[in-house]
Amino acid sequence: MPIQYYIILSLALFCIGIVGVLVRRNAIIIFMCIELMLNAVNLLLVAFSKMQYNTAVIANKATTVGAEGQLFVFFIMVVAAAEVSVGLAIIVMMFRNTHSIDVNFLNRLKN
Amino acid sequence: MNAIEILFWLLSALAIISAMMVLLSKNPVHSVLWLIAVFFAISGHYILLNAQFLAIVNIIVYAGAIMVLFLFVIMLMNLNKESEPKRNFWRILIGIISGGSLLMILVSLIRQATEINNKNALMESGNIGLIKTLGKLLFSDYVVPFEISSVLFLSAMVGAVVIGKKE
Amino acid sequence: MEIMKTLLAFIVLWPLVGFLVNGLGRNYFSKKRIAFYASEQIFASFIASIIVFILIKNNGAQGDITYFNFIHIGKLIIPFAFKIDQLSAIFLLIITGIGFLIHVYSAAYMQQEEQAHYGRYFSYLNLFIFSMLLLVLGANYVIMFIGWEGVGLCSYLLIGFWFKNDNYNYAAKKAFIMNRIGDLGFLLAIFWMIAKLGTANYSDVFSNVSQLSTTDITAITILLFIGAMGKSAQIPLYTWLPDAMAGPTPVSALIHAATMVTAGIYMVARSNVLYSLSEVAQNLVAITGLVTALFAATIAIKQNDIKKVLAYSTVSQLGYMFLGLGVGAYTGAVFHVMTHAFFKALLFLGAGSVIHAMHHEQDIRKMGGLKKYLPITHITFLIGCIAISGIPPFSGFFSKDEILAAAYAHNPVYWGIGVATAGLTAFYMFRLYATTFLGSFRGTPEQAHHLHESPSAMTIPLIILAILSVVGGLVGVPESLGGHHALHQFLSPVLLTEVKYETTHSTEYMLMGLSVAIAATAIVIAIVTYSKKPQISNSTGVGKLLENKWYIDELYDAIIVKPLGSLASFLKNVIEKSGIDAAVNGVGKLVNYSSRQLRLLQNGQVGGYILLMVLGMIVIVLIWVNDGYIYRFLMNLFFAK
Repeated sequence: MPIQYYIILSLALFCIGIVGVLVRRNAIIIFMCIELMLNAVNLLLVAFSKMQYNTAVIANKATTVGAEGQLFVFFIMVVAAAEVSVGLAIIVMMFRNTHSIDVNFLNRLKN
Repeated sequence: MNAIEILFWLLSALAIISAMMVLLSKNPVHSVLWLIAVFFAISGHYILLNAQFLAIVNIIVYAGAIMVLFLFVIMLMNLNKESEPKRNFWRILIGIISGGSLLMILVSLIRQATEINNKNALMESGNIGLIKTLGKLLFSDYVVPFEISSVLFLSAMVGAVVIGKKE
Repeated sequence: MEIMKTLLAFIVLWPLVGFLVNGLGRNYFSKKRIAFYASEQIFASFIASIIVFILIKNNGAQGDITYFNFIHIGKLIIPFAFKIDQLSAIFLLIITGIGFLIHVYSAAYMQQEEQAHYGRYFSYLNLFIFSMLLLVLGANYVIMFIGWEGVGLCSYLLIGFWFKNDNYNYAAKKAFIMNRIGDLGFLLAIFWMIAKLGTANYSDVFSNVSQLSTTDITAITILLFIGAMGKSAQIPLYTWLPDAMAGPTPVSALIHAATMVTAGIYMVARSNVLYSLSEVAQNLVAITGLVTALFAATIAIKQNDIKKVLAYSTVSQLGYMFLGLGVGAYTGAVFHVMTHAFFKALLFLGAGSVIHAMHHEQDIRKMGGLKKYLPITHITFLIGCIAISGIPPFSGFFSKDEILAAAYAHNPVYWGIGVATAGLTAFYMFRLYATTFLGSFRGTPEQAHHLHESPSAMTIPLIILAILSVVGGLVGVPESLGGHHALHQFLSPVLLTEVKYETTHSTEYMLMGLSVAIAATAIVIAIVTYSKKPQISNSTGVGKLLENKWYIDELYDAIIVKPLGSLASFLKNVIEKSGIDAAVNGVGKLVNYSSRQLRLLQNGQVGGYILLMVLGMIVIVLIWVNDGYIYRFLMNLFFAK
């Protein structure tokens, strides 16, 4: 498939994530949108990985060019998992204190 | 149009529609379910690209573990009803406009980029996405980052416990 | 050379060390120790000055003695250097010698001050001596200016020494501000010199004087003279000196009679090479001096404050010196500086002794008949009066005569006014003498009960100064009287000889006889008029005019101070409030308002920040990344095809 298709698909998902972050006020939804954005990037990384492989494999059948891209995706998942565990803990904490998960209540940065 | 292309378009449409539905659902539980759908669609893409390892991991980690965690938190806080306060129209408008213009600009940028013309991603075949290849790479060249990521997990776990525990 | 370098450094540094020690330790040392230490430092300088003087007398002057580079910017080099020649050697002796006597005198005179103020007083005096030495020793105008400002500062500090009295503070401020006006002239002259010649060293300036145009020389000399006007209290900048009498009497003797006020004479004499090239400046100096001499003498006639009379007398005598400088009698002017330092210091210290005895009463109308209570003061004061009146063979006669002779050779009218002034001088001095010491005592019985002769620490300086006033003139006995004018010969390497000084001996005898006769007549009239029946009541008519100093202070107030004041209040009320303040406050308000608006962006909501971030990304991509691709793409998207 032409790489542009993947790029545009990823951008679309990414921008949907951004719009979600901007529009929604529910902290959990915002968090989910961030996950969505991460996945868009992951998809793009895999697509690029296969694109590099596509050109390299013509010269060398046993090449592993592009495998790093997929490894990066793996590491991103690792980091995302860690992030989610901490982030959700924060949200639980926040809900416990304010009985709300509306981010508009979280304007402590103001002061 | 061959099967691959049909599948590509189907999965893409599924991903985008599901992603939109994540935003549009009022009930957080529905949002989570739609997001799982997105992840499945992306995993489908991975399979199309023959990235088998990532496809499986994506479903296990994301759609399985992480989204279950989300669901778990939502259930815990009893948020499965429409609980969000009234939405601000201007806020929505501004968000959509800015997000849309960002998309438009980036897409136009891609369309102008000549370097990636006639470049294709290899579908179906190619063995770099196999567990064997990635595993070899992971435990040889990338063993140090791999170990460090375990430390990251440990610290995240400690952090979550510290934050979540009652005073 | 090395000896000279070390000696000069010590001469200058001893008073400075005295200033620091007494200034910092004034709360810890006893009064005795403070007075002893301060006087001893000056005495050491005096001894060293004598050695320097002898060296100069035997070996002649030497070049500049450079210690270090004071200012070094590009091609401009101003060294911290001393110039020791015959002129500065004489001033060294005058400053340290009379300074020492006055330190000793002050030790007794200021005895009633508190310890801290006593220490403050002596540290100021030492600082003054230090600055004055710097002034006369500097090898360039910049060093001289440092000393010039230093003595101005000390003068300010000492006039306002009793700072609890507001009037004294006003007097101090007046002296300082008037001096600043003069200093501006001096400073401009230095800048002019540096701009034209690139140097301020005396030797370089005088040797390169041919590079200067006549206009330059005239401008520089007149600007220098403006500086001298301020420091030496000449018209129109003289009104500060009478007010400066607010300071302690020894200060008046040292600063405002013997040394600081002669700094202007020193400067003009030092720059005699320049002045002799500018007819205009010379005439200005001569006329200013002459007018000041006459004017101040007329005022002195009707003053009733013992120190005010002496102050106006000082102004008048300084006018004489400038007359001498203006007519080219540089030696005569320096000679008069010297003799004037003797007899005027004597008179002031005598007045101080009287004031001390009268418990700070300065009005001569309440004195009288002090002759029998204060015998030593009386005799020495009388000697001072005779000396200033110009009766031979007292010192004032020779110096005044030399100036008058030169003035006659220059222009007989100058001489006429000079002699008239001399007559007035004799008159008011003996009016002062007769009112104070002759007749009967007019004070309260309590004062009469306390009248006493001053302690020996005060009378001994008086006696020494009296002896100097008598014999001091003998160093300059003119040829016509069988002398050979030792001072003239001594100073000849530094000061130009007055070429126009060509009167025959018979003319000189006639001039001398006339001036002495006029002075003697004035003395007789004064004694006869005032010894029996002194004037107690206020004067009327011209007398009233004189008593009020020609209303010059009021005139200055009306034509300078008041308009300046109203200009200032206009600027303050209108320009400041509605102009500058409004602009400044406006800027402040604008910033305040705009930051209040901008603050709303910082609403603390993460969503808002993300929105801005996205917008920022858009802008960056639009402007920076794509070089207008997007613009064209959007155009194509919407309008093409």
